[in-house]
Amino acid sequence: MTSIAKPAVRHPGLKRNALGFTMRDYEGAMSTLCAGCGHDSVTAALVQACFELALPPHRAAKMSGIGCSSKTTAYFMRQSHGFNSVHGRMPSVTSGASAANRDLTYIGISGDGDSLSIGLGQLCHAIRRNVRMLYVIDNNGVYGLTKGQFSASADIGSTSKKGEANVQPPIDPVLLALTLGATFVARGFSGDKAQLIPILKAGLSHNGLALVDIISPCVTFNDHDGSTKSYKFTREHEVEISAADFVPLRREITVPDTTEAISTITMHDGSVVRFRKTHDSYDPTDRAAAYAHVRACQQRNEVATGLLFLDEGGLDMHAVAKTVPTPLVDLTYKQLCPGNSALQALMEKYR
Amino acid sequence: MPGPTDVTAPHHYHKVVDCQYACPAHTNVPEYLRLIAQGRYTESYLLNRESNVFPGILGRTCDRPCEPACRRGRIDGKPVAICRLKRVAADLRDDITAYLPKAPTVRNGKRVALIGAGPSSLTVANDLLPMGYDVVIHEKLSQAGGLMRFNIPAFRLPAHVLDEETGYIIDMGAEVHYDSPVSSLKSFLDDTHFDAVFVGSGAPKGKELDIPGRWDAGAREHIHIGIEWLGSVHFGHIEQIAKRVLIIGAGNTAMDCCRTSRRLGGTDTKVVARRSREFFKASPWELEDAGEEGIAIIENHAPKRFVIEQGTLAGMEFDTPTGAVIIPCDEVILAIGQDNAFPWIERDIGIDFDKWNMPVIDKSTFESTRKGVFFGGDAAWGPQNIIWAVEHGHQVAISVHQHCQALDVHDRPPQGMHLESTKMGLHSWAYSNDFNPSPRSQMKHAELVERFSKLSAEVELGFTPEQTATEVERCLNCDVETHFENTLCIECDACVDVCPVSCLTITANVESEGDLRTMLSAPAQNTTQDLYVSASLPQTKRIMVKDEDLCLHCGLCAERCPTAAWDMKKFELVLPYASMMSEVTA
Repeated sequence: MTSIAKPAVRHPGLKRNALGFTMRDYEGAMSTLCAGCGHDSVTAALVQACFELALPPHRAAKMSGIGCSSKTTAYFMRQSHGFNSVHGRMPSVTSGASAANRDLTYIGISGDGDSLSIGLGQLCHAIRRNVRMLYVIDNNGVYGLTKGQFSASADIGSTSKKGEANVQPPIDPVLLALTLGATFVARGFSGDKAQLIPILKAGLSHNGLALVDIISPCVTFNDHDGSTKSYKFTREHEVEISAADFVPLRREITVPDTTEAISTITMHDGSVVRFRKTHDSYDPTDRAAAYAHVRACQQRNEVATGLLFLDEGGLDMHAVAKTVPTPLVDLTYKQLCPGNSALQALMEKYR
Repeated sequence: MPGPTDVTAPHHYHKVVDCQYACPAHTNVPEYLRLIAQGRYTESYLLNRESNVFPGILGRTCDRPCEPACRRGRIDGKPVAICRLKRVAADLRDDITAYLPKAPTVRNGKRVALIGAGPSSLTVANDLLPMGYDVVIHEKLSQAGGLMRFNIPAFRLPAHVLDEETGYIIDMGAEVHYDSPVSSLKSFLDDTHFDAVFVGSGAPKGKELDIPGRWDAGAREHIHIGIEWLGSVHFGHIEQIAKRVLIIGAGNTAMDCCRTSRRLGGTDTKVVARRSREFFKASPWELEDAGEEGIAIIENHAPKRFVIEQGTLAGMEFDTPTGAVIIPCDEVILAIGQDNAFPWIERDIGIDFDKWNMPVIDKSTFESTRKGVFFGGDAAWGPQNIIWAVEHGHQVAISVHQHCQALDVHDRPPQGMHLESTKMGLHSWAYSNDFNPSPRSQMKHAELVERFSKLSAEVELGFTPEQTATEVERCLNCDVETHFENTLCIECDACVDVCPVSCLTITANVESEGDLRTMLSAPAQNTTQDLYVSASLPQTKRIMVKDEDLCLHCGLCAERCPTAAWDMKKFELVLPYASMMSEVTA
């Protein structure tokens, strides 16, 4: 909470994007989260990513469930559509929304409680269906809204604020997504926007479900010495194993000013993700290798970050369902519901 | 590498308070505006008086160096109406005589002579009288105030305001000799034996325009020197002027002349300037006021000669970019600048003069090359303005005090500061931190008929209570500083994200400030404001950089900071005055 709303005045030198908007035009209501919450930084990164992509705000839909993370959809892109669903049901509601209107950009914001506990089943099936959306998990290892109990992502041995150690094994959303066939898997840290923003931009351009697990410290309940999701721990144990730059379609692609080895993947909309090799022989297109690498990092107490896996050739939900290219909402009633004779003709085929 | 910025000395935070930094006397503007906001006009007046001594006068006539500097001007184009709010405090204050410093009954035995009774001399008297000095003022005219009285017309500065504020000082016990010009400094110094002498005689000589026709018998009496003419109007020696009047010059004296001329019958008064408008020395608001009164302002006309027809002044010829032009007129007033004049100072008494015939004065002590003789105000380095004269007076008082104790006049007390948190509770501050988007208030002016009916009818009518309430809230409280403790920072980015004007950046440090500026969230267009650079942050060893240029002092960074690494602290500049120094032991 703050005592005042952010004043509307802005820096006169702020850049404008292709739509003529400044970054301030992508902001939303004032956050009511705790001061210093990692989620607010994720929000700020989303604001910047959407600004830089020149995403038309009226063509985006912000989807969320319940939890601190799920409140944050109110804090960016005040002009966009949004749906705040039942706890854990954001993936299903988004699947439905996407089925009805495939043309919107879907930004789902969830947390470790919303997605890894009550909504785990929903998450798994949204990944399997490959719903075209950016799926952000603000992951802080605790249920902050209910005073800091361990969540399903808390590491074994990490302690609560009062000192009690967690004994249950954690669910790692990155490993989970890799096993379920996710086509875009990444991990970021709210305290490192330079890394996070290109990942979010790539995720927003991905043809399928882009899962981004973001370590987002809970300053109130989980930013202490016994925590493995604190600002300090994450900074000390973060290992960037795959650094990605995002080059949007409309920018001229120039040779990067680096001696590092570079590999590129072209997204379906023509934009390009450029990988810099930061870790020997890491291949972000090899699912089994990615899984093994992230698992190995986990065992060494390292937090693997970066755009970890990308398969731009996967079929998204609409491709599997063979729906028409026109969003269903744009079809006429007659096209959607052609009448009893059409139904009878269809039924006849199955006889 | 830039930084870390030292905020234990006053300089960095002082510079953030643009208005106070720009004011020659460093008046604590944000604090007195807050006092006005609280209806504490008397306190606001007294706070003003500490530094600028003449709040009522300056609230009407100041050149306002604070306003172009005001950060609000960089935010929405129009600075806070600081000067006119000062007048609000002066107009609405209670009787303050009980709060004025008083001269002690036991004198310290030192006698100081002040030559001239203008703003600089009166400030010296104001500072020295309460310390037990005997102060003797010699004024060549019959009233106190100097140029404030004789050269500023009453419709801008009513006599009662002047009488009151000069009276506060003189009534502390100054011995004033009116109508007693000093005609020889040599005999004055030889005959009187003062412990120190201050020359605050101003720059009383208007510049001449020596072009053909100037001294023709028929023209001479229709051509006037601006400041002399204003003085004659003040004393009632001149009560009218012909219809068609040309004012030559485009400074503030020209504005006073043209507006006075308009009131004395010069219904067709024109101001003629040698250069174009962007080079005018007159304050923009004075040009506006003249325009409002129907005075034409003609640019790019260089005076060539006075046109004499049938033995009298008929007009003036000018060179213009399109050729020579004659503008007919009945009278001409020359307002093209002022010079110093020291025919009364002998050149063999140890006071050195430079090649421009100006006394050689030490920039910081105001002492001439003769020990114990000080200069200040316009007499020191030529015409400036009232607020500079006041600041000179404060500095001279310190010098005089050092001199009278046989101490080094270069040994001067430093500026100090107080820094105090304004935190009152969770998200609650001891100042109004929200941004008020209101535009600058327009001051109501008297109707033209009213203005022209009487020479002394004041034009500016002051702010209404509603305007005052709005205008004080436009102030950004730049003295409530964003104070950063690097050791507490956990680098969560909350402050960077919430800042409405993108003035915070966490970055790796680089070689130069120029490089650092390119790495900011939004590089400033105005680079005269400094960067605050923290010591390295605990977790990543990066640095926190704050561009001070556009900060709204809204406190959101401090409200969003989970560790109170940011705090909003009120900065108070402690200015040295003679009165704070140790007393003379007689």
